[in-house]
Amino acid sequence: MQKYSFNIGIWAMAAIVVTLSQFGALDLYIQSVIMFIGINIILSSSLNVVNGYMGEFSCGHAGFMCIGAYVSSVLSVMFFAQDKIFGAPILPPELAPLGFPIIIIIAGLVSAVAGLIVAVPSFKTRGDYLAIITIAANYMVISAIENMDIIGGPRGFMGMKRVLNAMEDVVDIPWMMIWVILGTFASIWMIRRFVSSTYGKGIMSICQDEVAAEIMSVNTNKMKMAAFMLSSGLAGVAGALFAHVLGYVNPQSFNIMKSTECLVMVYLGGMGSLGGSILSAIFFTVMLELLRFIIPAIDTGLHFLNLLPDSYHLSQVWKWVLIPLTLILLMQFRPEGIMGNKELPDLFPRLKKFYKFK
Amino acid sequence: MDILIQNLLNALQWGSFYALIALGYTLVYGVLLLINFAHGDIFMVGAYIAFFVATALLGFLDFAPWMVLALTVPLTMILTAGVGVTLERIAYRPLRRKGAHRLYVVITALMCGLILENGNLALLGASRKKFPELLDKVIYTFGNVSVTNLKIIVIFAAIAVFLLLQFIVTKTKIGMAMRGISYDKFAIPLMGIPIDNVIVFTFVLGSGMAGLAGLLFAMSYPILEPYMGALIGWKAFIAAVVGGIGDIRGAFIGGFLLGFIEVGVVALFPSTFRDLFAFSILLVILWIKPTGLFGVAKTTKI
Repeated sequence: MQKYSFNIGIWAMAAIVVTLSQFGALDLYIQSVIMFIGINIILSSSLNVVNGYMGEFSCGHAGFMCIGAYVSSVLSVMFFAQDKIFGAPILPPELAPLGFPIIIIIAGLVSAVAGLIVAVPSFKTRGDYLAIITIAANYMVISAIENMDIIGGPRGFMGMKRVLNAMEDVVDIPWMMIWVILGTFASIWMIRRFVSSTYGKGIMSICQDEVAAEIMSVNTNKMKMAAFMLSSGLAGVAGALFAHVLGYVNPQSFNIMKSTECLVMVYLGGMGSLGGSILSAIFFTVMLELLRFIIPAIDTGLHFLNLLPDSYHLSQVWKWVLIPLTLILLMQFRPEGIMGNKELPDLFPRLKKFYKFK
Repeated sequence: MDILIQNLLNALQWGSFYALIALGYTLVYGVLLLINFAHGDIFMVGAYIAFFVATALLGFLDFAPWMVLALTVPLTMILTAGVGVTLERIAYRPLRRKGAHRLYVVITALMCGLILENGNLALLGASRKKFPELLDKVIYTFGNVSVTNLKIIVIFAAIAVFLLLQFIVTKTKIGMAMRGISYDKFAIPLMGIPIDNVIVFTFVLGSGMAGLAGLLFAMSYPILEPYMGALIGWKAFIAAVVGGIGDIRGAFIGGFLLGFIEVGVVALFPSTFRDLFAFSILLVILWIKPTGLFGVAKTTKI
């Protein structure tokens, strides 16, 4: 029983969050922050499979997120909502709660297939050239979607809120919160399993020395393909959840900036540390939200002290100066990130009693 | 036929910008094996520096426009080179001293680029700047083909810079030192070559080229905004990679190739397809030749 107490605790926490949101104890803003934390956990831990465990440098993660977001949005609007473009819903909207997880899984699968764009060239290319290919893939996805006028092109796509309303008509519970929590748990579980399997060992061996791994009969191509497809598939799941939480998607919200956010989270947490990814995703999201309130406070403080000219106000853009600055300082003084490549039980051995770590 | 020649000239101009920026990427990569992801933003900073220098000269000193231009070019190049060297001193050199993993340096470079972009946006606001007119527009027409004097200047500047860099790298002592560093970083200091000075010189060259590109770009498309360097920087980097990064001829040819592809796509298809086609073609090239057109495949000794 003691071994499972950690898992039970996590599920209990999730249940508490859902009940609190159900009875309106958490306001909508806090709820959305919690949902974004979940989505960011999926993003950072899935990018960690490629960038941390496999040691490649992929910086086009948001492209796959974009594919997942669009595929899921189009499917859910097509099947469960009345829409100007797609007309009447194909299935009765009462089925939305059943259909939604299937749609998310389909979005993940489509993104995983799209991951082949990067996986196939990665057999031959390595390092910097692969970085280019991932960036190019990111741009290609965005630009392809901007050229599809039927799903809105550069204007974006909406209508997912109607699907949520259809779900809430069936049973009135915070559906999106439940899906995000389930998706987060499922993806962490998958990555955990993947990394501790034979595949995971193979991927870590690629990180250490690819040539040696190949000689020791690791099928590097297969391993790379599996890692890239898992990573991009989970990014697609994150994108699908993101699209339905916001209720609106726009290709430009998945540009290089978003990919950079994922990179920041991975390297903040530590390469090849799942616990680090989770912690850094939580830290990063909360930090971003806190800066919303901190920056105006600093602004009023400085104006009060007459340190700034009256015409100039600190804007929210400073957030995007502070975040890269943190990462630069991190790279200077602790390049391995918060956790390095250790997990929580390695740092606190007492946790092993409560946490079945396999 | 006329349309073809007109598009060819446009492609040459567009490719010149890419080539100028790609040369900077390639120089730094060739010496340090570091992708200087902040280079596109140094180009943006160069355009802004050119803007401030030109408006200051026009406003305070009341010079004639051609005099202003003659002063702006060297000033912009020197100041932008200063920005590049500052980046190297603050961000890259400490990491190099520690012998950090290459990846950390690359991430630092990426973040420096973001700081330059967003710091600019935060300090100067989101209003776009209008670049002053420094050059009286002269239009030469041959039949139905029209060429502005600026276009000719841009194309010749790119070619001149390429020849100059080629000369420096292949014929001078400091070029030899650069090539030596990229060949073996550990033996070179033992030979009495001041490795840090050579690296600073590389950054001066690369950033100076980026500053020149920024000035010419601002003169051709006179609206400045903080994110102008991001996309062009990425694309120029891809051009450098397609040419084979670390090779000066490769960067030059890759830049012009990308210019030709983009202008060709815009001429034949709707202009929204430009990025899609450019990136797809580059991906195909990299699939066929993983180390670029002029790149040499690296062999690992076991």
